[in-house]
Amino acid sequence: MLEVRHIETFYGNIRALKNVSLSINEGEIVTLIGANGAGKSTTLMSICGVTPPRHGEILFRGEPIQALSAEKIVTLGICQVPEGRHIFPQMSVLENLEMGAYLRHDKAAIKSDIDEVFGRFPILEKRRQQAGGTLSGGEQQMLAISRALLARPALLLLDEPSLGLAPLIIKQIFEIIKKINDESNTTVFLVEQNANQALKIADRGYVMENGAITLEDRAENLLANDQVKKAYLGI
Amino acid sequence: MDFQYLFELLCGGIVKGSIYALIALGYTMVYGIIQLINFAHGEVYMIGAFVAFIVAGVMTLSGYSGLTVLLLAAVVAVIYSAAYGYTLEKIAYRPLRNAPRLSPLISAIGASIFLMNYVQLAQTPDFLPFPELVPEFEFMAPIERYLSSADLVILIVTTLTMAALTVLIKYTRIGKAMRATQQDLVMARLVGINVDRVISATFIIGSVLAAIAGVLIASRTGQINAAIGFVAGIKAFTAAVLGGIGNVPGAVLGGLVLGIAETLGAGYISSAYEDVFAFALLVLILILRPAGLLGKAVKQKV
Ligand SMILES: Nc1ncnc2c1ncn2[C@@H]1O[C@H](COP(=O)(O)OP(=O)(O)OP(=O)(O)O)[C@@H](O)[C@H]1O
Ligand SMILES: [Mg+2]
Repeated sequence: MLEVRHIETFYGNIRALKNVSLSINEGEIVTLIGANGAGKSTTLMSICGVTPPRHGEILFRGEPIQALSAEKIVTLGICQVPEGRHIFPQMSVLENLEMGAYLRHDKAAIKSDIDEVFGRFPILEKRRQQAGGTLSGGEQQMLAISRALLARPALLLLDEPSLGLAPLIIKQIFEIIKKINDESNTTVFLVEQNANQALKIADRGYVMENGAITLEDRAENLLANDQVKKAYLGI
Repeated sequence: MDFQYLFELLCGGIVKGSIYALIALGYTMVYGIIQLINFAHGEVYMIGAFVAFIVAGVMTLSGYSGLTVLLLAAVVAVIYSAAYGYTLEKIAYRPLRNAPRLSPLISAIGASIFLMNYVQLAQTPDFLPFPELVPEFEFMAPIERYLSSADLVILIVTTLTMAALTVLIKYTRIGKAMRATQQDLVMARLVGINVDRVISATFIIGSVLAAIAGVLIASRTGQINAAIGFVAGIKAFTAAVLGGIGNVPGAVLGGLVLGIAETLGAGYISSAYEDVFAFALLVLILILRPAGLLGKAVKQKV
């Protein structure tokens, strides 16, 4: 479904991604793990067209997208929940959800999708008129994921959704991700530092170091890999 | 204390302030989205006044008069100014979107000087008499001391315009996109908002407001020239900073506070120092409340 081929992304003169290639098949959960500053977020932003790669190509369903604008890429069905959640702070919970459906015009379906979100997360319904910036971290993460789902993405990119959350909430978030993948057949590309949990729900995984992919394998193999165990699982 | 005189000054201050507010909105909306002080905004206002002058002149010659002329002149002025605002952004700011922060600021000052001189050369540097287009309403006679008919029109138009702007920002698709872009530009792109289009729309809306202000002020003061944009621009910028730059209600509040302060200062102390009061107020606010009256956390951007 998504083919990243030899991309290199720069910030000014700094090369943040070095010859990165990876692929994601329809229906999979693929995870990308790596230490701080490895280039995980940059990979997602490159796919989304926010920091387009200088070299290489990105194919989505066979079509090159690396030169498309960010909004065009959203139209194709690729949505990202960025690191740090990026809730619109002065917009209400409801408005935040509506922004997720910005490119859709099927009002009735949007409304029923929002009702579905409220069914899944009653806390969001309770806070529907509250400013997004005043929600707790866990609530914001649920809102951020729900907002992305309102675009009805085919491919959902998640950047460290467990960041800064309590263990119980983290467990819940991973369950939700699994459920999204199962129920609506949404393909998921999951960036995580919480390697253990991420690899448990993933089909396959990539390990990134200093802007380059150093390992790729089935998730269960990575969980058993000594190198991964030592560096990312703390075993 | 002479309360009648005070009330007279207050009314005058509100009328003046509401026009400052209209122009200040353009500064604040643009700043809110791209953190740029659009110094050429005052010139867009001036161009609005000039276009209205020309349309009004032609129409008056062809025998029309009064509010019909005002309305039509305003419509043409709005269209012209909107086109100028849109083009200005495309030519002077968009190519510098990723340049260091100082570059677009210098480009803004350049555009301001260019437009002022262009109108001076194409038209005239002299003051031109703007026709009186608002008739004396009879029902205004009893309170004419406080509020002239022209003032009433100004208050009605500014109130309606601001109400329309509020609705636009709060409820329309483009308004929501503007707010989203202002609050989180990267996320705005990630939900599929075309940020370039939002920026264009912001310039157009700001220019429309400025053109309306230009027509209103010209019909009140009765004269215009190519330099009016400079003074009005600086005053409105002051109002925007006063209210907290980037903050929409702040621009309205800042405009009103500035208008009232100026009129009170001029009325009680000396009209020769009107501008001094305006800028003294600005300095005072910047010392006491650097973020402005309604401004919140100060973003460390120029
Ligand atoms: N806007 C930027 N300008 C300059 N350099 C940047 C920028 N964003 C990221 N970088 C650099 O690019 C490299 C990769 O950063 P990136 O954010 O992709 O890492 P990451 O793997 O997501 O890290 P983390 O786990 O901390 O989120 C880092 O060295 C970082 O300093
Ligand atoms: Mg990151």
